Amino acid sequence: MTWTEEQIALRRTAREVAGRPWAELARLGFAGLTLPGGDGGFVELGIVLEEQGRKLAAAPFLSTVVLGGGALRGRPELVARIVAGETLVALAHDEGPRHRREVSARFDGGRVASDKTMVLDGNTAEWFVVSTVDGLALVPASAASVTPLSLIDGRDAARVRFDGAAAEPVAADLGALLDRGAAALAAEMLGAASEVFERTVEYLKTRRQFGVPIGSFQALKHRAAQLHIELELTRSVVWAALHALDDGAADAPMLCSAAKARATDTFIAAAAEAVQMHGGIGVTEELGIGRYLMRARVAAELLGDAAFHRRRLLR
Amino acid sequence: MGFREEIRAWLLEACPPSLRVPARSEAEEVWGGRRATWPSADARLWLERMAARGYTAPTWPREYGGAGLSDEDARVLEEEVRAVGCRPALRSLGLWMLGPVLLRYGTEEQKREHLPRIARGEIRWCQGYSEPGAGSDLASLATRAVRDGDVYVVNGQKIWTSHADLADWMFCLVRTAPPKHEGISFLLIDMASPGVRARPIRLISGASPFCETFFDEVRVPARNLVGREGQGWEIAKALLGEERRAMSRLREQRTDDEEPLESLAARYGVGDDPLLADRIAAANLEHLAIKLTLRRGADPSVLKVAVTEAAKRRRELRVAITGFQGLGWEGEGFSPEELAITRDWLRSRALTIEGGSTEIQLNIIARRVLGLPE
Repeated sequence: MTWTEEQIALRRTAREVAGRPWAELARLGFAGLTLPGGDGGFVELGIVLEEQGRKLAAAPFLSTVVLGGGALRGRPELVARIVAGETLVALAHDEGPRHRREVSARFDGGRVASDKTMVLDGNTAEWFVVSTVDGLALVPASAASVTPLSLIDGRDAARVRFDGAAAEPVAADLGALLDRGAAALAAEMLGAASEVFERTVEYLKTRRQFGVPIGSFQALKHRAAQLHIELELTRSVVWAALHALDDGAADAPMLCSAAKARATDTFIAAAAEAVQMHGGIGVTEELGIGRYLMRARVAAELLGDAAFHRRRLLR
Repeated sequence: MGFREEIRAWLLEACPPSLRVPARSEAEEVWGGRRATWPSADARLWLERMAARGYTAPTWPREYGGAGLSDEDARVLEEEVRAVGCRPALRSLGLWMLGPVLLRYGTEEQKREHLPRIARGEIRWCQGYSEPGAGSDLASLATRAVRDGDVYVVNGQKIWTSHADLADWMFCLVRTAPPKHEGISFLLIDMASPGVRARPIRLISGASPFCETFFDEVRVPARNLVGREGQGWEIAKALLGEERRAMSRLREQRTDDEEPLESLAARYGVGDDPLLADRIAAANLEHLAIKLTLRRGADPSVLKVAVTEAAKRRRELRVAITGFQGLGWEGEGFSPEELAITRDWLRSRALTIEGGSTEIQLNIIARRVLGLPE
């Protein structure tokens, strides 16, 4: 697998601008990568998300570009505003204490009644795409009651209640949206896991104890090498999933689940090992290594945990 | 017609139908050599047809018995061979390990002498690396080669030499000088030379391809030295990289040919056990991740650890699924397939030891890939 010149340049830019405001990212074309009128696909989006993950940035790519925006192919005027960075759209899907594909919300007589939770970017979205047993519905944020959730990793999330809000039907495949979301999130997790691992390796080379760099101890070397192997395997699966989405391959849903399952286990392991190998400073707020652990925990639960996705791989 | 279509059409015509089902046992594998045993006339025909086109060594230059294909076209060939379901025409340490090294380090004379015979399966090679006193610390090897005019006189002992009893030639690491790494040389030895003796070793899984090989005043022409005297360690490492890549690919192909774990579990009445199902799903995910990594290309030590550790877990899982039926050594009460699952499980314990143990690979990754200090 090789990267094109454009993809290499994109990664450089994405690394430089990770953490900057959404309007600026949109000006670079990032908000439209996988949307009609945009320039790029899931491989390109994955590159941008890896770089977002490295800096623990959480710009509204998942909510607005993949999950919410991905449902709005029938609403070109709204998509154009998303691509321009003028509006945010969130998918209101989860209802219980953990991710499931099934929902109980109803969309009846043009109105939606539902209590949704863990809605990403729910505090800043102007529109909600709501999943119901009767299909997807589009609701303006003004018609919803939003309660912010303060998460350990600082990601924007909210509980969102719809009390018979007026809604319009949206034609899109919820399962496909969630598959794409899982692959996109896996790319972000891969980037974060790579970054925290690289920082740990650097620390092993510089931190001295007993008169030598701690990276000379075999007990730590072997754990670092094991993590490197896990990261290499996960990288292959995540990139394969993104390519499969762009190619419209039949095995794309399977690869998306494989990517999220592996990214979850790898990110959690990389973050946990990073904290342990950094020692005392690893648990301080100041160094920020612990923030990767918190991001890993949140990302693990979003859109289905590792066991959820492994189950989907059984023949 | 594109290359892929052309290859497929040729394979469908050239590969005998009897060779389009997976080999059921090692006895059906073709290893070639002066004393080759042919599982069937079809197997011999298949090798001849493949070799005539240079497809046993697709990326080697045509003048050395290869097909001169690009890496990309060679991958297409391999994919099509798998898609049509053809068995490998030839298994060979010469193809997988020695060939790439000779292409890089060999003299023109050595390439012309050895490569075409490897590609046609006429000469079978074995690998003389490990010694009783040099396992993980391979560079401490002590088998001596002393120059005497235009020959080297070799004395010493190798161990874990796969198929030394069946091989025609050995590529061998010998000590030509005292310094640990700089005193090692890479020598090609005809196993028919006076003073060479090989003895098979039995493993916990029973009979094995492994041998001990003894050298007693063996006279080897000096023109069989590959590279310079003292360049052996560099060549040995290049060859080990080829070995790890080739073994990783073969191991995963073998897993592809096996019955899926889900169906095995269903046949043994544990198909609905949720704890087992998660182990099966994890094994499948690991297999998928490794296959995708092989396709993408990765450091050979990374592949070696990932593949062999996964294979060990998978074999453990297979034997556990079969319950009591996975406890048989031989004879009545166990099907041949069950006995094979058990023997495979026992054999798999060596995978993370041979070819450089997992611990050695992790050392290599830490040093070479991650740049961690000594």
